[in-house]
Amino acid sequence: MDNDLILLGHGSGGKLSHQLLSDLVIPTLSGIPPAGQNDAAVVTHNGQRFAFTTDSYVVDPLFFPGGNIGCLAVNGTINDLAMMGARPLYMSVGLIMEEGFSRAELKEILDSMRAAADGAGVAIVTGDTKVVPRGKADRIFINTSGVGVIEHDLAIGGNCARPGDRVLINGAIGDHGIAVMAKREGLDLESDIRSDCAALNGLVEEILKEGDAVHVLRDPTRGGVATTLKEIALQSRVGITLQERALPYNGAVKGVCAILGLDPLYVANEGKILVVAAPQAADALLERMRSHPLGREAAIIGEVTGEDDRGRLEIDTVSGGTRAVEMLAGEQLPRIC
Amino acid sequence: MNYMDEFRDRDVVLGYAAQIRKLSEQRPEPMAFMEVCGTHTMSIYQYGIRSLLPEGVRLISGPGCPVCVTPNRYIDRAIAISRLSDTIITTFGDMLRVPGSSSSLMEERARGADVRIVYSPLDAVAIARKNPCKRVVFLGVGFETTAPAIAASILAATGDGLANYLVLAAHKTIPLPMELLSSDPELKIDGYICPAHVSAIIGANAFRGLAEQRGVPCVVTGFEPADVMQGVEMLVRQVVEGKSRVENQYSRVVTWEGNCKAQSVLAQVFSVCDAEWRGIGVIPGSGLEIAADYAAYDAEKVLPVSVEETREHQGCRCGDILRGKVSPFDCPLFDRACTPESPVGACMVSSEGTCAAAYKYGR
Repeated sequence: MDNDLILLGHGSGGKLSHQLLSDLVIPTLSGIPPAGQNDAAVVTHNGQRFAFTTDSYVVDPLFFPGGNIGCLAVNGTINDLAMMGARPLYMSVGLIMEEGFSRAELKEILDSMRAAADGAGVAIVTGDTKVVPRGKADRIFINTSGVGVIEHDLAIGGNCARPGDRVLINGAIGDHGIAVMAKREGLDLESDIRSDCAALNGLVEEILKEGDAVHVLRDPTRGGVATTLKEIALQSRVGITLQERALPYNGAVKGVCAILGLDPLYVANEGKILVVAAPQAADALLERMRSHPLGREAAIIGEVTGEDDRGRLEIDTVSGGTRAVEMLAGEQLPRIC
Repeated sequence: MNYMDEFRDRDVVLGYAAQIRKLSEQRPEPMAFMEVCGTHTMSIYQYGIRSLLPEGVRLISGPGCPVCVTPNRYIDRAIAISRLSDTIITTFGDMLRVPGSSSSLMEERARGADVRIVYSPLDAVAIARKNPCKRVVFLGVGFETTAPAIAASILAATGDGLANYLVLAAHKTIPLPMELLSSDPELKIDGYICPAHVSAIIGANAFRGLAEQRGVPCVVTGFEPADVMQGVEMLVRQVVEGKSRVENQYSRVVTWEGNCKAQSVLAQVFSVCDAEWRGIGVIPGSGLEIAADYAAYDAEKVLPVSVEETREHQGCRCGDILRGKVSPFDCPLFDRACTPESPVGACMVSSEGTCAAAYKYGR
């Protein structure tokens, strides 16, 4: 087998992506303080801590129920900053467009970027535009970078989960991935599954009022809830057990997943946050999250069971069985029969 | 009633678990039941079914994943065809990552081959309609479940007068290998969890020979955890009572006769042939090839390509795993050289494969 080629799986956010980063990208670019496996780097200048992040968006389709590539690009970067407990301030936008891309569609995308940034109180302050010949890119790719300020001294990160902690989520899982897939594949689902694309910085501000009870904030995007929690378990060297019965699902998403043979635990989200917090604060935190518009369906979905170097993630299934949960490997593909 | 939550209900599932435990105490010897459908394999792992069964009741995974049982030679041929000019390969997603002797369709796609994932062979026909100057080859793998849709796609192409749609067929039928495995003294299969989707097409009657002549209990079983647990309970009951018959746990979907319309489409477009199964070898009469009347749609006949010499992967135990002789954990490559990111054997590639299920849910 040939290992000289970059495959689509290297961009899936799962294990292949991790390998590419740790084997090639990070060692070659060393000298840059890595963000670890966190969503953004935290840098300190003159005693002030900042979070800094960048992300590129190459989604197909560009427009899907509940959003488009524009609000995705703005909210995604805002959320990466918010997950570090930062208050997002400024953003840049880089557009790479294919010759022949529709001006009207560009306008719609830009409008939605502006609305998302305004809604989250973030200023788009710089940018860049490139056009490549037809066929050299797929209509439009967007890169956004963002910087935010960290105005507290809480230690929040993927390696801060502790035995006894509770795991919370702010609502139903899998909506974004299924909405995009349904649109992309032309699945006529006759359901109103919409992307959950949203900026989470307001909800994070609310969550941070629980102070040092908050240990980990993560948005389970590519690879879904399972991959994100597995990363947290490995980084913190703890075991985590989920209660499948407690996981909030939108019924239509569950149905589509059952038909296609997909596991909603691995489906991408764009407006969800996983919080790992001290047990004594869990109920108060749940109330706090439910009081925010983006956390109405928040739930406590599991707990950190103990120290575990192998980062074991388990789920007690709805049916009473127990199984291990691993990271997403490659792409989730619908089953054959 | 949404036909999902009811069949995942903890109390119902645990109720069956208790009954299975009680029944199995009446028989000192252990029991082993085989499932021969990839979706059952996934369901058993996903819902932690094994953790609910007593020690004396073992579930073994058989050759139930359409991708896994497809031999290297077929993959190599598909790869050779993908390298032809003006050719679009259309396939169900899982086939993309199966390693052939020296490459995979995913690697070929990265090198520039036009390989597209479709959800139905009719989508492939639509691609052929849109691309009249190219040939569109659909990779027809699978059991009796997918074969009727592929037969229908050939009929649709005939109706449209499409000359650029081809199928590379490697369809298989499941009852014969089940009979073969049931007579394997090493395996000692006490009963079959019969496939649900396949049975919807061929009918529960298809397993009568297995149960009534060979004395192997058969239960056609659904996919939800309560279905699987009830299916196992029915099998344990048959074994304990010394019975051997076909029962239909999945009567909300499966009939005794099956889907007659699908069966007639199959008979029209395909004819029975010998088929090579990965790990098992050639089983006479267990395959479906495109019938002579439709030879113009048969990629193997229409597109002569030179296919590289087949190489099997050193140390890979997929064959033994497909026969239920070893579990993934007995394979020296499992979770070492063979992982879902860099699969060595087909059982690790397919989302329905035994090794992929064990890797994802069972470690």
